[in-house]
Amino acid sequence: MIKSNLLVKITRILRGIGKRMIERTWRLGAGARLFFLTIIYSGESFRRFHLTLREIYFTGVMSMMLIIVSGFFVGMVLALQGYNTLQKYGSSEAIGVLVALSLVRELGPVVTALLFAGRAGTAITAEIGLMKTTEQLSAMEMMAVNPIARVIAPRFWAGLISMPILATVFSMVGILGGYLVAVPLIGVDDGAFWSQMQANVDVRADIVNGLIKSLVFGIVCTMIALFEGFDAPPTAEGVSRATTRTVVISSFAVLGLDFVLTSFMLVV
Amino acid sequence: MDRTTIDLWVGIFVALGVAALLGLAMKVGNLTSSKIGETYSVTAAFENVGSLKPQSPVKSAGVVVGRVDNIRFDSKSFEAVVTIKIDKRYAFPKDTFANIYTAGLLGEQYVGLEAGGDDEALKNGDKISKTQDAVVLEKMISQFLFSKASESDSKTKEGDAASVSKPADSKSSSGKSTELGDAAF
Repeated sequence: MIKSNLLVKITRILRGIGKRMIERTWRLGAGARLFFLTIIYSGESFRRFHLTLREIYFTGVMSMMLIIVSGFFVGMVLALQGYNTLQKYGSSEAIGVLVALSLVRELGPVVTALLFAGRAGTAITAEIGLMKTTEQLSAMEMMAVNPIARVIAPRFWAGLISMPILATVFSMVGILGGYLVAVPLIGVDDGAFWSQMQANVDVRADIVNGLIKSLVFGIVCTMIALFEGFDAPPTAEGVSRATTRTVVISSFAVLGLDFVLTSFMLVV
Repeated sequence: MDRTTIDLWVGIFVALGVAALLGLAMKVGNLTSSKIGETYSVTAAFENVGSLKPQSPVKSAGVVVGRVDNIRFDSKSFEAVVTIKIDKRYAFPKDTFANIYTAGLLGEQYVGLEAGGDDEALKNGDKISKTQDAVVLEKMISQFLFSKASESDSKTKEGDAASVSKPADSKSSSGKSTELGDAAF
């Protein structure tokens, strides 16, 4: 009697694990399928480029203010904290290198991607989820308009184009913020700040690698947001859950991928 | 929203991105400073290159005149062979000294060229024969301890040698110090 009870419990736990595993794998496969369908049907988003431009406006231009302000403050804090530590070793002139390298290599792409997932990703998920709930997507299919070509692909390309631009602006504004704190406020030498930075930041190894990172994050964040919206259950609760999942999964994906990309870039 | 307004904003957005990228490349990165036009390469053998790396600067009188191209180990002479690329605009005499210096106490290492007096100039593929190794801190400390312990005679001799002609004797003195340093331990 006890033995069979235990067996039932174990099978229930195993069944739970199996169910989750199958569901996750299914979602991963469905996401990959949506990604390839988006690539295949993306001809229209270039033929009718104003569709993509509209989405660039909503994902990129509208996120600009957030990116500029956060970049500015991140740069200022980096300069303050960095100066505090570097000054103990008598190398406060290296503050420019510290600010520039941490922004261009890591913080620029990563923080921008996290902000992008929160600002633009959620909007995409909620919009597409609501389109699905109100049966706009089905209506499109009825009119022989492919919703992937008309709705998904322009948003995908918009995210892919916006993300590197936003990350670059973030890094540049952050460096300006760091400059403002380091030079006029703290009194680090102006020439040393820029010349040490120029001597140690490499265009290929640092700036281009940062751009590659932000491009990958752009693809991943936009794709997660699109898939969560496209896959959301057509209820109010379903859309809200999908929006939450977009932020959570995007953040995990960005931070995890950042480690993988960095380890590849530093080895090669 | 009007389509032309959207076009305008997206245009501003993209222009801002391009401007930021240009700013990063020009003002922050080394695109402007690392641009060396035509170069010729020469090699130099060092017993110890320290933490010299490819792309490290090559300076003469403090001005960047080239970059380190590659560093390999010669298993016949057990020396490091450093290939450096020098800008075609700058010609150096055949008996130029190549030294490895450190910028600041903890800074990066670079190759310093000190021109000699030869009439002939270095050509592509030439070898700089007069070199001085990177300073190894442990070696210097052991040298210092040894010279403290030895009589003042050798100390004054070394001091004289350094003051007469620095580059010529520093090679021999560093070679000597290795032996002495090893003997001390």
